[in-house]
Amino acid sequence: MKQSTFEQLHAPVWQALEAKLILLEKGQKPQSGELREFASLFRKVCHFHALAQERHYSSFLVDHLDNLVVRAHQQLYRRKHPIWQPLLQFIVRDFPVLVRQERQAVLWAALLFVGPLLGFFVATLVNPDMAYTVIAPDQAAQMEAMYDPANRVLGAARDSDTNWGMFGFYIYNNISVAFRTFASGLLLGVGSGFFLTFNGALIGAVAGHLTNVGFTTTFYTFIVGHGSFELTAIVLAGAAGLKLGYSLLVPGQLTRVESLKRASHVAIRLVYGVILMLVIAAFIEAFWSSNNIFAPWQKYLVGAALWLVVLGYLIFSGRERSHS
Amino acid sequence: MDQAVMIDTRHPLETPEGTDLSLYPAGFWVRSLAYTIDWLIRVAVVVATGFLFSASGIGQGMTLVVYFLMEWFYPVYFELCHNGQTIGKKALHLKVINDDGTPVTFAASLIRNLLRTVDFLPVFYISAIIASLCNRDFKRLGDLAAGTLVVYTNPIKPSPAIDNVGVRPVPEGFSTDEQRVLVAFAQRSATMSGARQAELANIIAPLVAPGDPVVAIKQMANHIVGRRADSP
Repeated sequence: MKQSTFEQLHAPVWQALEAKLILLEKGQKPQSGELREFASLFRKVCHFHALAQERHYSSFLVDHLDNLVVRAHQQLYRRKHPIWQPLLQFIVRDFPVLVRQERQAVLWAALLFVGPLLGFFVATLVNPDMAYTVIAPDQAAQMEAMYDPANRVLGAARDSDTNWGMFGFYIYNNISVAFRTFASGLLLGVGSGFFLTFNGALIGAVAGHLTNVGFTTTFYTFIVGHGSFELTAIVLAGAAGLKLGYSLLVPGQLTRVESLKRASHVAIRLVYGVILMLVIAAFIEAFWSSNNIFAPWQKYLVGAALWLVVLGYLIFSGRERSHS
Repeated sequence: MDQAVMIDTRHPLETPEGTDLSLYPAGFWVRSLAYTIDWLIRVAVVVATGFLFSASGIGQGMTLVVYFLMEWFYPVYFELCHNGQTIGKKALHLKVINDDGTPVTFAASLIRNLLRTVDFLPVFYISAIIASLCNRDFKRLGDLAAGTLVVYTNPIKPSPAIDNVGVRPVPEGFSTDEQRVLVAFAQRSATMSGARQAELANIIAPLVAPGDPVVAIKQMANHIVGRRADSP
């Protein structure tokens, strides 16, 4: 069949498809009957497209049909993005289940973080100068000023504007740190390992240093509240990053790219959970941790309860009930 | 034809309907232009927020939250809610899709935008540029991990009519691909100068002599697409 005859015969079909595409791309919802019609038009145009290519019709016609087929493909194979129900299911079940499923990466990340933390804490207690191997002297001085009971910068209930300001800072800073810890796992896991170790060492050294100078109450009452969410979240972000690195190092039967692709679609789900945990941590840090109306024992009690909540949630939530 | 496949960036993708989708991945240069536009917009939004809320007490916190959202979630929002196109990509006719040709999903979009951090290393997206030059589809590291593709969204070009200069049968021995070249020449001749047309058409002058090879090609093209001698 010559091209002009082909066009005369079938142009109405692809023009009809194009008209529908324009409406759909503007976000118009299709009626139920239209769906069937759209699918049938799409199949026909796919057929014409294949024919036009095979018969070597002019490239303008093939390109035109090509454009329609690609656009229709994107409309037909669009995925739904429901939000609330999956979110709830993710929090209650999927996230803790995923964390347990990836426990190997999580335990390695925890080791890389907690090991240097405890190491530097003890080392700084034994030899106070050890702190300066990871913190600069002026940084240490700043920390001292911040937690000096005499200064009470964190003390007497800050006004709410400052709390909101700090909330913004914690969101920006902590989640960015978590994202970087995750993303740098792409460097064969080295980046995530580095961030975990370095942050662990830093926190350990700061804690040891402030314990040495005797600001324990101000420091520990401040961090005990949000620490549960924040430190756990950083470990999980690191675990997600280590998973990326591991998938590149040990791809098994897959190509490295395919292995990375699969691992990153699992790891990103850990990152969803990390984001939620860090938002909660930022709230606690900005509005509870800085609040000194409560006595230290009350803050320790709540802090301990939050740790139990976080660990209990990750360990027990979403387990299938055993059928006895 | 084989050579054309080698130098073409076309990414063919067979669909369940049994036809090939043609996707044209975009290279790093046009993508970095789109990125620059987006970057300017993001900076403008952050500066404007800082300026608007500078008077109020929560200004600093607000600016940091906006900065955070702009840094990490600006592309995710646009890729999901605006057809795979940030403002910069839209301006340059680019869009992000999954590499199976479907619209980009939330997980894929978040992966490619978080891994941007690594693509940036050590400076100015050098990792992204090197990675995108090392694979056929110009994927940066984030695209490789997420399974996404940045492609051109070519607008449809109307098919130009071939000058109605009569018809002339095609001599024997022209393959279908060669016939296609004749039609392409006739359709694109409007975009070429007369001298250039004559220069190109001269290649087959011996086959159609005597007569002007440009006219001869247009006549043969008319014959190939099936125009009748008597049609208007």
